[in-house]
Amino acid sequence: MATRKNTPLTIIAIIVFAFLILPLVIITITAFGGENTIVFPIKSFSLKWFANVFNSETFVTSFLLSLKLALLATVLALLVGIPAAYALARHWEKGNTFLKSFFLSPTLVPGIVLGFALFQFLIIILQIPLFIGLLLGHFLTVLPYIIRIVGASMEQVDISIEEVAWSLGCTKPKAFFKVVLPNISSGITSAFMLAFINSFNNIPVSMFLTGPGVSTLPTTLMNYIEYYYDPTVSAVSVILMLATIAIMYLVEKTLGIGALLG
Amino acid sequence: MNRKSYLLLMSPGLVLLLFFLVAPIIKILTTTVITPQGLSLSNYTKFFRDSYYMAIFVRTLKIAIVTTLFCALLGIPTAYFISLCGAQKKKILLSVSVFPLLTNSVIRSFAWINILGKNGVVNSLLLQLHLIKSPLNLLYTDFSITMGLIYLFLPLMIISLVGVMDNIDPSFMEAAESMGANRVRAFMKVIFPLSLSGIIVGSVLVFTGSLTAYTTPQLLGGNKHLVMSTFIYQKAMTIGDWTGASVIATVMIITTIIVIKLLNMLATKLDRREKDGN
Repeated sequence: MATRKNTPLTIIAIIVFAFLILPLVIITITAFGGENTIVFPIKSFSLKWFANVFNSETFVTSFLLSLKLALLATVLALLVGIPAAYALARHWEKGNTFLKSFFLSPTLVPGIVLGFALFQFLIIILQIPLFIGLLLGHFLTVLPYIIRIVGASMEQVDISIEEVAWSLGCTKPKAFFKVVLPNISSGITSAFMLAFINSFNNIPVSMFLTGPGVSTLPTTLMNYIEYYYDPTVSAVSVILMLATIAIMYLVEKTLGIGALLG
Repeated sequence: MNRKSYLLLMSPGLVLLLFFLVAPIIKILTTTVITPQGLSLSNYTKFFRDSYYMAIFVRTLKIAIVTTLFCALLGIPTAYFISLCGAQKKKILLSVSVFPLLTNSVIRSFAWINILGKNGVVNSLLLQLHLIKSPLNLLYTDFSITMGLIYLFLPLMIISLVGVMDNIDPSFMEAAESMGANRVRAFMKVIFPLSLSGIIVGSVLVFTGSLTAYTTPQLLGGNKHLVMSTFIYQKAMTIGDWTGASVIATVMIITTIIVIKLLNMLATKLDRREKDGN
């Protein structure tokens, strides 16, 4: 089969992978530069930008807020999404397709529009605290991932094993927790990972829903880039990329990298 | 499962979606059609007659189309290359493709500021080689936005395609070649048609993604090269024109839905043609 990989094809693939990787390599190198502005190639070596990140209250606070936000939004989406996906998979009725597309509909709304709509409706009209608005926005963004991925793994579970549990005296909720849930656990893990990462990285939804005291890491980075051109952002990037590599390694060892293809 | 528990299991999600997705969007829609003169579409006719608005609308579409084309052009051969690799190499190449997708889009756009900026990698290289005398204006142009978006969405196209190409039986290619088709022709006649569904799925993702992207156009386009999503933010936050922002928001939602519907229709049509055996 290797014979089919002719030279032009290999060259295109090499160029594409270089295109995908090189920009991230450049960022990584500039993070270690000693100069006060970003230069490439770097002329001296320094770790001061990393120290700068950890000493900056803004970055640390917004990182913790992003972590909390992504965790809460994902858990809320799982609590709401798993029962819904279960009902959608186990009940074939007119309207089921409509309800499923309704649950997936947040993907049809551009992130910036969702943020704007929530800002106007929740923050301006209903006077709801900013963080709650942000949480709801992120919840809506990640819910379709849960419905899609958990729904797909739910459809793999044979309904008869559930029926066996019922006939052996299990109540329906008990059968769900003892039989269905263990069978979809890898789907739930995969949905959790993707939802968490997407919430953590989200910007468009957060743009309208952040303000004084409520700022996510990505929006903090956006604002920082507007005013400063120094390697602090490169250092944050390196830290985040290392975290991503660690997550990918863990996923590959447990579920296989396919779990992150969503 | 009876009807009652079916609805009960879904109700939390339905309630949240109705209150926090449907209601806010209806609120936006109503602000755009209720004018001092009563119910009217005048806000929209104003939008489509204004040359400044239309320039932004057309720029957004143009950038999305070019991005999608380049992603397909680069993604198809790369995905084919990956699908021909052995299991171990395939896993590595897939990881390399997934990694950028999981990396924050601020980081990925920031990389291009470093590359295309006045003191960036490209300009310093060209200056050192004495190919140019003063730095080129590469950043804050339609070019830099498009470049950043291709960088952002190419992995998505590759991944949508690898799944489909993996399922194509390699003997099809062998058959085409043994019948005398050269490699390129065999690829165009065998792999390309069989991957069409993946190409369309990937194109929908890339096109709608670039149509609605905010981070990349904001960082690489600046305030002069606005697209729809950065325009909404500017309208609402800088100018304070909420009705104007709502009109842009509605136009964006409708454009997204139309594009998805059109491409899905195309996919169904191609699918049917395939089944008819033409």
